[in-house]
Parts: sequence; C-alpha cells; structure tokens
Amino acid sequence: MSIAKDLSRLEEIVRKLEADDVELDAALALFEEGVARLRAARERLESAEVKVQTVLEEAGGDLRLSDLDG
Amino acid sequence: MKSARSNDLPRCPAGSDMTYSLPLPTIAPTDEVWSVTQLTSSVKRLVEGELMPLWIRGEVVGCKAWSSGHWYFSLRDRSSQVRCCMWSRYAQTAGEPPKDGTEVFVLGKPGIYEAKGEFQLNVTRMLPTAAIGAAQRELERVKELLQRDGLFDLARKRPLPGLASTVAVVTSADGAALRDIIHVVAKRWPCCRVVVVSARVQGDGAVHGLARALRLVNRIPDIEICILGRGGGGREDLAAFNAEAVCRALAAVRVPTISAVGHETDISLTDLVADHRAPTPSAAAEMAVADRREVARQLDDLAARLAGGLGNRTRLAAERLARTADRLQGAMDALLRRERHRADRLAGQLDALSPLRILDRGYAVPVGADGHVLKRRAEFAPGATFRLRVADGDVPARVEPS
Repeated sequence: MSIAKDLSRLEEIVRKLEADDVELDAALALFEEGVARLRAARERLESAEVKVQTVLEEAGGDLRLSDLDG
Repeated sequence: MKSARSNDLPRCPAGSDMTYSLPLPTIAPTDEVWSVTQLTSSVKRLVEGELMPLWIRGEVVGCKAWSSGHWYFSLRDRSSQVRCCMWSRYAQTAGEPPKDGTEVFVLGKPGIYEAKGEFQLNVTRMLPTAAIGAAQRELERVKELLQRDGLFDLARKRPLPGLASTVAVVTSADGAALRDIIHVVAKRWPCCRVVVVSARVQGDGAVHGLARALRLVNRIPDIEICILGRGGGGREDLAAFNAEAVCRALAAVRVPTISAVGHETDISLTDLVADHRAPTPSAAAEMAVADRREVARQLDDLAARLAGGLGNRTRLAAERLARTADRLQGAMDALLRRERHRADRLAGQLDALSPLRILDRGYAVPVGADGHVLKRRAEFAPGATFRLRVADGDVPARVEPS
C-alpha cells in the first residue's frame, strides 16, 4: 500500500463522513479505518529513508535489483 | 637671414604650405604615472568585464598542443586574427588538434594576457563547422521523422502521478546527474525508491546503451515515472540524446517520462519526445516526487476533517436519537390517550352491564345461604330462607310453606 493510495482512501473516507448519510456504525468503522491509514501514512512519511537500487540484466535475460547505498 | 619669430616656432620647410599649431599644455609625466601592470590590468578589467563568452567563427592557424594539454592557436578570417588559448580541461573534450585552415566555431571569452600585454580569446569549446553541418543535417533528418510519426505531439504528453513511490532513472551510474537526483529525492520524498538503470550517456555505444536501458525500464515492476538524465562533466556531446533509437525507446516507455539533459539552453530531441522536460536533473527530481512537508500538511488537514466528520456524524446521530425519543414519547402519549379513552369507554359499557345497575331499575336478585344466585323454582324449597339483593342492600326473605 502506498501513501498515494492511503491518501486517496482517506479523501474518500472523509468525504463519506462529511456526507451525513452514512449510518453511525459505518461512520465509526470508517473513522477507525481513517485513523489507521493516517497513522500508516505518517509513519511511512517520517521513518523512510530513500532506497536506491540498481538494475542489472542477467545473462538469461532476468532482471536483478540490488540495493545501492544512496 | 633669421627672423625674430624663427626662435619661437619651427620653421616651415621651404615651399610648404603646412602650418604648425602651438604646442598645447599636456599632463606632465610626473603628474600621474601608471605602471605597466596597472595599465594591463585596467584594460583587462575593461575587456573582460564588458564581453561575455561568444561564439566566433574562423579558421585555425598554427595550433600547438603543449605537453601540459593546453592548446595555443590563432583564429583568423580575411582581414583579422586573434590569439587563442584553450586550457587542457577544455582541449581534451575537443578531440585532435585542428590542422591549419580548419574552419571552426569556438566558444570563447575575450581577455587580456597581462604577462605579454596581449589580447586573446580563452576558448572553452571548439566544433569544426563541417562536423556541425553533418550533425545538424542528421538532427534535422531525425527530427522530421519523429515529427512525422507524431512523437512530439502534445496530445501524447502524459501527466505525472502526484505521489510516485518508485522512480526509474536512466543515466550514467557515476555522473553528477544521478547524485543530484538522489539528493533531491532523499530531501523531498524519502519514502521513494529510486531504481537506477545505468547507461553511457556519451561517446561510443551511448545510443545503443541508452535505448537498451529505456527498454529495460518497461520490464521493471512498479515503476511510476522514468527520468532520462544527464549532467555535469563535459556538456558538449548531446548526440546520443538526439539519436532516433533513443527517442523512439523513450517514446515507448510505458510510464510518464522526464527528459533532463543537463543544460538549460540546449534542447535535445529527447526533451521534445519526453512527456516533460526539466532544465536540470535536480529539477527533474523535483518534478517527479512530492514534497514530504506538503503531504504532511495534507495529512494534517485530512486528520482534522476526519475527526470533524466523525464529530459531525455523532452529533447528527445524537440529534436524530433525541428526535426519535421525542417522537417515541409522542407516540406513547397518543397511545396512552387512546387507551385511556378506550378504557373509559369500556368502563362505561361495563357499568351499563353491571347487575347493580339492573337492581337500580327495580330488579332484585335472590341469593341462597351459600351465596348462589337462585335461578330455578327447584332451588326455592318451601320454608327456606334466602336473601334478596336489591339496589341498596340485602333483604332477608323466606319461601312460603306450601
């Protein structure tokens, strides 16, 4: 799951919550999901360190990704 | 014979109509004397401050390549010539020293060589006009082909995804372009993965290598953006980025592309083919990835709206609940009223049916000693006592003896 997906799902959740026509049970469930996604997105944003990889094509034509120290 | 005036003025040569003017007072040497160094450095400031680097066309004469790597030569046209020098770091990008008579374009900055008091041109680039002509013709040919095939069409341009999490970079593995890109991504959007597909960007094999690297990008999973980059080092040779094979491979990349070919003023054909063009690799990285701080702000905003949304929703629920309670109360009240009415009505009916009411009308009920209502003749034994219940009480009674 990427931040992009978290963000677009969050947008969707907030719009639903703001729309008034959602049942209270569903609203609570949406809120819970929203909080979880917020936390996940924030963690992803804060803790991450850029990952640099190089790609090599092996003799057989397979691709091999290997980490590179940024 | 001497005239008195002959001491004051030089004599006119005989038969000449030349006249001499009076010597005017001038600044005496002792008033203000410049050293040679002052003079040359002043002229140097004047010349070098005034003139920016220029492209000059001319014919090379007497090019000497010194063991230090510096080149010295003259550039001339029909009526003038100028001394030129090209430092080794520039000369080494220019190939072989040109032979006498070679026509070239040079990029140079006019300057003064103070040690000799000479005006000279400090050359940083040299391109034989013949090569330029051939390269230009090839460029035009490729450009026309690509244009015909619609590779420059604006309708082809794809927007960049807002929050890319995986970016491919096709560039030289040890170039400044890659360092710049990684630096910017690390600063702005560290939750990103950068996949480097290294390729030579100039010289032999660059065209093949770049085209191959671009094709490779299509086989790497999860790539969202592809940056084709080049920067730093010698910036002369853009040929590979104008090559048809590279342009076509770039057009075939399945994700949005950014061309960042490292020089703000030079446009390469890949710049025209790519979905986006960046003036430098750093700028390409900035276009490719979001700014973490901005996304953090966006998340804060969403958090506030989320809480607000729930608060709103629960408030609504509470209001609805309150409304429901009110309605329930109303319904109950109505029900109670209805029931009470019915009870009253029933009570009325009940009253009407009550035997006590019948007694009011003058009827009497005989009740036996055991409390039974006596309804049959057989129940009245001669001489037996019983009670008659009337409206306001009981009356003792006896059956007449037969």
